Formats: sequence, C-alpha cells, structure tokens
Amino acid sequence: MPADTQWPLWEVFVRSRRGLSHVHSGSLHAPDAELALQNARDLYTRRNEGESIWVVPSAAIVASDPDEKDALFTAPHDKAYRHPTFYTVPDGVQGM
Amino acid sequence: MEAGMTAVDTAPTAVRIRHLLQLADSPLILGQQLGAYVGSAPILEEEMACANLGLDLLGHATMLLEYAAYLTNNSSDSDAQVTADTLAFTRDARAMYNLLLCERPNSDFAHVMVRHLFYSTWSLLLWTGLSESSDERLAAIAAKAVKEMCYHCSHSAGWVIRLGDGTAESHARTQAAIDELLPYVGEMFLDDARDSQLNELGTAPLPSSLADEWESAVRQTVQQATLAMPALNGNVYMHSGGTEGVHSERLGFILAEMQYLQRSYPGLTW
Repeated sequence: MPADTQWPLWEVFVRSRRGLSHVHSGSLHAPDAELALQNARDLYTRRNEGESIWVVPSAAIVASDPDEKDALFTAPHDKAYRHPTFYTVPDGVQGM
Repeated sequence: MEAGMTAVDTAPTAVRIRHLLQLADSPLILGQQLGAYVGSAPILEEEMACANLGLDLLGHATMLLEYAAYLTNNSSDSDAQVTADTLAFTRDARAMYNLLLCERPNSDFAHVMVRHLFYSTWSLLLWTGLSESSDERLAAIAAKAVKEMCYHCSHSAGWVIRLGDGTAESHARTQAAIDELLPYVGEMFLDDARDSQLNELGTAPLPSSLADEWESAVRQTVQQATLAMPALNGNVYMHSGGTEGVHSERLGFILAEMQYLQRSYPGLTW
C-alpha cells in the first residue's frame, strides 16, 4: 500500500489500574486524535490492561539511535557510586 | 409475607419473561451481525472496535437471557429446564422479538455505523430508564449496560460525523444509509398493552417516552455530519412487527448461521 494512503501512525501508552507509569503497549493507525484514543481503547485494553491511555503521533517521538547505544550509555556502567543500590527501601514504600 | 408488609407489585411471570426475551433479542441479533462483520471492516482498528461492540451486546443478551431462564425454570408451570443457551440457539424466528433494525444487513460501513448510531442512542435511553426499574435484577443489569452504551453512542456518532462530513462518496453513502434505515426506527417507540402494564408497575419506561430525546440526540449528530434526516412524525412509513415475532427474510439467514451448531449437535460445548 503506498505510504500516503495510510492513516498516520500513533504510539499507545497504557497505565494499569495499580501502575504508576504509562507503559508502551503498541501502535495503531488513526486519522485523528479522538479516533486514536478510541481505537487504543479497543485494541489495547481488551483484557483489562489499564485505565489510562496516552496516544502520541509516532512522528512526534524522537528516539535514540540503537547504533549509538555504546556511545550514549557506557559511561555510567563503571560508576557504581551513582547507582541507587546502597540503601534499603523501608517497608511500605510503594513504587520503588 | 409478614403481616403488615405490602407485597411489591410485579407483573405476572409470563409477562416478565416475554419482556426479558424482547430486551435480549435485539442485542443478541445485532451482536451476531457485528461479529459477522469481522473480516469486512474497512480497517483493522475498526474491525476490533466492531467486534468489541458486538461482544458488549452479547454480554447484555446473556445477562437478560440468564434472568429469563431463571424465571422460566422457577415458575410453577414449567417442566423443561431452559438455559440462556437454549433460549438463544433454539428459538425460531417467530419466537424472536428483536427490532427489525437489528436485522438490516451490513451493506457497507456507513450502514453499520448509522444502524449502530440509531440503535445505541435508543439503547442508552432505554437502559437509563431501566436502571430505575422496580425489578432489582433488571436494574442492576441496566446499570452495567449504561456504562458500555455510552461508548457505543460516542463511537458510532463520531464515525457518522466523519463519514457525513467527509468525501463526496462517504457523504452519499451515509445519506443513503440514513434514508434506508430511518423507516425501521419507528418500531423502537411503539407501545402495546404489555409496555403500559410494565410501565405502571415501574418495571420499564414506556417506549414512546424515549422518542423525543432520541430524535434530538440523533439529529444533533446528523446535522454535524452535514446530512439530512426527515422528522420522525412526518411522512416516513415505519416498519414494525419484529417485537411481535414477525420478521423480515433476513432473520432467517442470521439464525441459520447463529443456531446451526446447536441445532445440529444439541448441547454441544467447548
């Protein structure tokens, strides 16, 4: 199918009822924002996955280049003093 | 019944069962039609949407048929035990009480969406009225259905607006759908003796009481879609008979597909 006859692509993020953050669930095609939300509801919350949906036009997302993974993300590997592992989380603190 | 208590007036069981079957058959048949539409929708996302809409309707039909089966099995003059499944899959067309609108074919996407706009607007008004029913179990079913029908209304209305206010072809097809389906709308608002009886007992709203709100809600959508719809009480001939078991030829084909398996292998389960 020629590219210009497809509806725009949207990325869907769903937050579960007890979740804290919206998780990327998939993508869909829709002509406008309202239909993108409704289609996301129909496609990605069928099995009680969640209670809040964000849809973002895929064109609006800027992603890091996988080929640059080494250049961007190697630096913190050796810096153990930055890693958040030196304290114990008290009981009852949620979401950590 | 203790002395001093007054019995809650309820309709005779046969009337209640007949009413429940009528409430169940429209979503049953329309749900079946939407399921049959899977594979023919214009785009994948809409396919899922129609399947979900159909499943919602089948859920309503299931709850109502289970209630009807319960009443049938517990009434004094019943010998055979029925289930929701036997009620759905073994009744013939003359014993089905769905609206004729629900039998109209999935001619094209415009027809599917206009039919759904007409149906869901009516259904939301009906369920809203039924959520105040003096019949507690029916009111509970209605409260659940109201939440689902809100989405049905907004989804179908959104599509009718996009199609009407769209290309020349979508506008023409949607207008044709409105013109072809409007004659089946009058049946939704017909009253009979049973409706009056149930209304007096507080079990159900009078069908005719829903007409004005239906018309103003649908007209709002139709106008936004730059389409035309004549007045309901004008000169449009209205079909009827579905709620009395007198159906179009279409129901025969729908039931043949829907009931084939259970009729060939009675009691077959997964």
